[in-house]
Amino acid sequence: MTTQTASREMKSLHFNARKPAMTPADKVVGAVSHTALTIWSLIVILPLLWTFMSSFKTSSEIFASPFALPSQWRFDNYVKAWTEAGIGSYFLNSVIVVGSALVIVMVLGAMCAYVLARYVFFGSKAIYYLMLAGLTFPIFLAMVPLFFIMRNIGLLNTLPGLTLVYVGFALPFTVFFLFSFFKSLPHEITEAAALDGAGEWRTFFQVMLPMAKPGLASVAIFNFLGLWNQFLIPVAINAAGPRVLSQGLAAFAGQMGYAVDFGALFAAVTVTVVPVLIVYVIFQRQLQGSVSQGTSK
Amino acid sequence: MTSVKGKSLRVDGGASAAVVPEAPPVYKRRRKPLTFDKISFFVVFLGLPLAIYIVFVISPFVQAFGYSLTDWSGFSPKQNFIGLENYRRLFTDDIFMKAMGNNILLVIVLPIVTIVLSLVLATLVTVGGSSRGQIKGLRNSSFYRVVSFFPYTIPAIAIGIMWGQIYDPSGGLLNGILTSLGMDQFKSFAWLGDKNTAMIATMFVIVWGFIGFYMVLFVAGIKGIPAELFEAARIDGAGRFRTAVSITIPLIRDNIQTAYIYMGILALDAFVYMAALNSGGGPDNSTLVMSQQLFFTAFTKGQFGLASAMGVVLAIATLIFSGLVFLVNRLTGGDKDVSL
Repeated sequence: MTTQTASREMKSLHFNARKPAMTPADKVVGAVSHTALTIWSLIVILPLLWTFMSSFKTSSEIFASPFALPSQWRFDNYVKAWTEAGIGSYFLNSVIVVGSALVIVMVLGAMCAYVLARYVFFGSKAIYYLMLAGLTFPIFLAMVPLFFIMRNIGLLNTLPGLTLVYVGFALPFTVFFLFSFFKSLPHEITEAAALDGAGEWRTFFQVMLPMAKPGLASVAIFNFLGLWNQFLIPVAINAAGPRVLSQGLAAFAGQMGYAVDFGALFAAVTVTVVPVLIVYVIFQRQLQGSVSQGTSK
Repeated sequence: MTSVKGKSLRVDGGASAAVVPEAPPVYKRRRKPLTFDKISFFVVFLGLPLAIYIVFVISPFVQAFGYSLTDWSGFSPKQNFIGLENYRRLFTDDIFMKAMGNNILLVIVLPIVTIVLSLVLATLVTVGGSSRGQIKGLRNSSFYRVVSFFPYTIPAIAIGIMWGQIYDPSGGLLNGILTSLGMDQFKSFAWLGDKNTAMIATMFVIVWGFIGFYMVLFVAGIKGIPAELFEAARIDGAGRFRTAVSITIPLIRDNIQTAYIYMGILALDAFVYMAALNSGGGPDNSTLVMSQQLFFTAFTKGQFGLASAMGVVLAIATLIFSGLVFLVNRLTGGDKDVSL
């Protein structure tokens, strides 16, 4: 009995603490905040919705009225964009290049960061600063020499060449971020692994790497977005090669000046936007966590 | 029997003798790293990433400085050393100076507008709640955060193409909305074709793409501030605005500095947006930026020496900008403030 009343009292106290009365001023502030944020959300969503809707229209429908719903929900534009404009194959190329670059850069970056964070040797500081330098300089500075390096080793306009360059340019961020992560893992664990007879390789792959999973996930998300959205590198060193999505989209839009098929262009943009958007909505919690992690380090 | 005993004794002795001296070798083995395990570990773990990094990132950066001092046109084997001639040409080239001016304009406007707007939105989300009881954010605000982040997940080129269509004079969304609101003067107004509006329209697109990202960043920063601080400020009689200015902003100063630098570096590049919205540099070159000019000089005109010099100018501008942000932050007391 006594405990029951006590808990009831606790509950009501708790209730009071959590749901204080709103003062009129609070209501005004709340209303203003909601209004401002709603307007902002509309500014974000409306262009996307409009693009989506227009992707079902014919060109003449688009020019007749920007608001009217399509007369029928046809998928011609998507078929056209996917096959005739080649968005389908660009999409596949992007998946291959970004996927393999991501795997390689995560493995190499984690290895490099681990060595730099865990071992002190001659030149380790220098290598670390070399990585930092790569983060600071604009990619544009490297484009001209990179073009000739790729040509000299015969990887210009090839997907493997593009993949390697992606790995190179994603490496400094990966190392920089994971460096602080590996540094924060306790040293006793390495010692315990060594005592149990694990060599350097095993310690890394079976002990340290699994422990770094949260950090790896954050970096992987950022690297994915960065590489998937990359535009300059493919345009510069893969101009005549098999196109990736961002590049193909730009080429498609460039043709549009002459042959007017806006419906297909909208469909192409939608195909580019929607998959990443869906993945984002599914993983948005983790991603928002990574933003705070990734930028505070 | 005795011999067996002796043998067993000797084995014992041997074992203990082996144990005693083996203790130091354990210590010694640590200092002597030349096992196969360790060598292969270092070669692969450090050598492989570094090789890729040096070949594809560092060496182009270094070579660019060298090329910028030559008149190399790329396909000729001969390259003459011409000293700083390329730089002299750049700084007397009206078009490049115009592009640099546009970049400077972007660097001044973009970070401030983006950061102020995203700070306002982040503040609304985090302290828009009740002023009694526990400090808490606005109700149902996670929806806004999720939506705000959308543009960051969209490739920049897709953002550019999308907005290019929205700004379209005849079939675009913007003019459609404006004319339906009764502003008929915008019936077929070319936002990107008029030199007075092209730059503003372009800036809006870039800001649109980044507000959400920095809002999420600032929300995370504000949530990291202990609630007691806000409560203390409130007990001392600080209102919402005062709390935001005197508590929130000083405490997330580092985040703001990071955001400022990222945004400034982006403004110095801005290639994708400009290429998507006005690939030719816009009316009267009003949206031309250095990176576009670099790309054109290198890959269309084939003047690789000159283009490399532009790259160097771009890199130096980036370094100067980052240095300035650090300096200003330090001079205005970024270090003295309380940090948590």
